[in-house]
Amino acid sequence: MIDIITNMLSMCIPFSVALLLASIGEMFNQRAGVFNLGCEGVMAMGAFVGMLIPFMAGGGGAVSEWYNFLGFAAAALLGALFGLFFGVVTVTFRAPQGIAGIGLQMFGVGTAGTLFRHFVGGTQSIPGIPDIDIPLLSDIPFFGDVLFSHNAVAYLAYIFIPVAWYILFKTPWGLKVRAVGTNPRAADSMGINVSRTRYEALMLGGALAGLAGAYLSIAQAKMFSDTLISGRGFIAVALVYFGHWHPAQIMGGALLFTLAQTFQTIVQSMGISFPYELAVMLPYILVIVVLSFTSRNQTTAPVSLGKPFNREIRT
Amino acid sequence: MTKGFRIAFKSVIILLSVLAALLMASVILWMIGADVSATFYTICIEPLTRMLHISEVLIRAIPLCIIALGISVAYRSGIINIGAEGQMAMGLLAFTGVALAFPDVPRPLLLPLALIASMIGGGVWGFIPGILKAKLNVSELLSTVMLNYIAAQFYSLCLRTIYLDPAEQVYGTGTPQSMRLTENVWLGRITGRLHYGIIIALVLAVLIFILMWKTSVGFKMRASGSGARAARYGGISVGFYVAASMVISGAFAGLAGGVELAGVHRRAIEGITNNYGFSGVVVALFGGLHPFGIIPASFFFGLMIYGSTLAPSKVGVPANIVQVMQGIIIIVIVTAQMVLSNTYFQDRVWRKFQALRKKGA
Repeated sequence: MIDIITNMLSMCIPFSVALLLASIGEMFNQRAGVFNLGCEGVMAMGAFVGMLIPFMAGGGGAVSEWYNFLGFAAAALLGALFGLFFGVVTVTFRAPQGIAGIGLQMFGVGTAGTLFRHFVGGTQSIPGIPDIDIPLLSDIPFFGDVLFSHNAVAYLAYIFIPVAWYILFKTPWGLKVRAVGTNPRAADSMGINVSRTRYEALMLGGALAGLAGAYLSIAQAKMFSDTLISGRGFIAVALVYFGHWHPAQIMGGALLFTLAQTFQTIVQSMGISFPYELAVMLPYILVIVVLSFTSRNQTTAPVSLGKPFNREIRT
Repeated sequence: MTKGFRIAFKSVIILLSVLAALLMASVILWMIGADVSATFYTICIEPLTRMLHISEVLIRAIPLCIIALGISVAYRSGIINIGAEGQMAMGLLAFTGVALAFPDVPRPLLLPLALIASMIGGGVWGFIPGILKAKLNVSELLSTVMLNYIAAQFYSLCLRTIYLDPAEQVYGTGTPQSMRLTENVWLGRITGRLHYGIIIALVLAVLIFILMWKTSVGFKMRASGSGARAARYGGISVGFYVAASMVISGAFAGLAGGVELAGVHRRAIEGITNNYGFSGVVVALFGGLHPFGIIPASFFFGLMIYGSTLAPSKVGVPANIVQVMQGIIIIVIVTAQMVLSNTYFQDRVWRKFQALRKKGA
C-alpha cells in the first residue's frame, strides 16, 4: 500500500508541471484583465514545436541536451507570438474574449495537428530529458522519491512559483498588470499604457503556455499526439479561478488535479477492475465541482476581467 | 455620413477580413509545402462537381445545421455553448438505448420515441452548465468543455460495456460498437446516403425563427442575452431563460446525434460526433446567429468538412486543415464584427475620407 502511495505522490510533482506553468501564465493574463481561453491551442503548438526540434535533430534517437533546450525556447517564443496575436484580436480590436479564445484554441490545436502529420507522421518518440537524483536528499526514504528525483525542468517550474509571486506583487510591472486588470481607466489616467501592459502580460502568459506544452511532449509523454493536451489548457484556466489568481494557491490546485489524474495511472497499473473511463473522467468532474463552489463569491477576481478597454468610450 | 459611404465601409472591412482569413490559411498551407490554390479548390469547389459529392456535403450539413440552430439560441440568450460535442454524444447514447431496449416496437412509434430520447439526453447535458451558470455563476465555457470530455469518456465506456455488440463478444474482435440498430429506427434515404434528416433540419430552422422572433419566450431570451441587467429590471427571470436556452441548445445537439445515427451510421460507433459540436459554433457565428443564415452557412461548412476529407489523397494536406480554417474564421468574424460596430472608428475614417476629397477638389 505504501508503495502505491509513494508511486502516486512521486508522479504528482512531474505531472503537475504542465498545468502549473500554463495556469501561472493564464493568471498573468487574467490579472491584466484578459481571459485567454486559447491556452489549450497555445499548449498544443508548444508541445508540437518542442517535440519537433529534438526529433528533427536526432531522428528519434538520442540528441544533445541542447536540442531539448532549443525545443523549450522555440515553444516559449511561439507561445509569446500566439499571445501577441491574441492581443491584436482582443486588445487592439477588442473582440469578445471568450469566443475569440475558442477560435485561438481551434486554430492552435488544428495547426499543431496539421503540421504534425506533415513533418512527423505517425507516433514517434523522442528520448526526452532524464530525471536528476539530487545527491543525498534523494536517498531519504519516501521523501526522496516524492520530492527529489525529478527532471530539471520540474524543479525550475517550482522555483518559478515564488518568482511569479515576486513579479506580480513586488515589481512595478506587476503593479501595472494588476492595475490594468482592476481599473484600466485609473491606470490610464496615471500614465500607464493599458494596451501595452496587456500585450506584455499576454505574451508572458503565452510563453508560459508554450513551455507547458513543450514540457508535456519533451519531458512527460516524450512524444506528440492529437490527444496529448486533452483539456489541460482548459483545466489550467479553471485552476486560476480555483487558485484565486494567486500563485501559491494555483500550485495547490495544480497538485490536487494532478493527484486526480494520477488516479487513472494507478488504476491501470494495479489492474483493479474499475472502469478505466471513469478514472479518466475524474479530473474533469473535479473541475466542475470546484468551479461550482468557487464561482459564486469571487471577491478576489480582477474587476475588469474580460472587459476590453477603450479610452474613447465613457462607461 | 452618406449611405453610400457606410455601405462602402462595410464592404471594405468584410473584404479585408476575407483576405486576412485566406492569408492566414495560406501561410499554414505554405508551411507544409502544399499547393495553396489547389488545396482551396479541392476543399471548396471540388465537392460541388459531382452529385455524389453534393449529397455527402448535405449529409454533413444536416447535423451542423441542427447543432448551430441550438447554439444560436443559447448565444442570443447570452451563453456560449461549446459543449455541443458532449451533448451530441449523450443524444447518441439515449437514442441507442431506446433502439436497443425496444427493437420490436413499430416504426411510427419507435422512431419519434428514440429521437425524443436523444433530445432528452442532450437536453440534460445542456441543462447542467445552464443551471450552474444561472445559479452559481460558473463560467459556461469551462463547464461545457469539461462536460465534453466527460461525455466522450462515458460514451466509450457504454460502447465497451452495456451497448457492446454481442457478435463482438462472440468473435472477440473487441471493436467498441453497438449492434446494428433495428430497422424500426432508421430514417429513410433520398438518394445515396442522403436521408430525410434534411427535412427535419429545415423545419427546425423555421421553428427556431418563430420561437426567437415571433413569441414572447424568444423575446425574453434575446433580452436576457443583450442586456441581462435591463432584462432583470424589466421583470424577466434571466436565470430561467439562460438555463432554458441551454436546455434547447443541448436538446438540438442531442437530436443532431439521433438524426445522424438514424440516417447515416445506424449503429453507435466511435467518432460519430466528428467535431460537429465545435464546427457548430463556427456555423452559428458565420450564419449571423439567424436560422436563415445558418442554413447556407451549414452547407458551406459541410462543404469544407467533406472537402477536407478529400484533401489528404488529392493534394497531400492533412484533414486537420479544416479545424485551422474554422479557428481562423471564428477569430476573423468576431474581430470584423467589433470593427464594424465601432462607430468612432467609422467616424474617423469618414472624416479622413472627406479631408482627402476636399484636398482633391
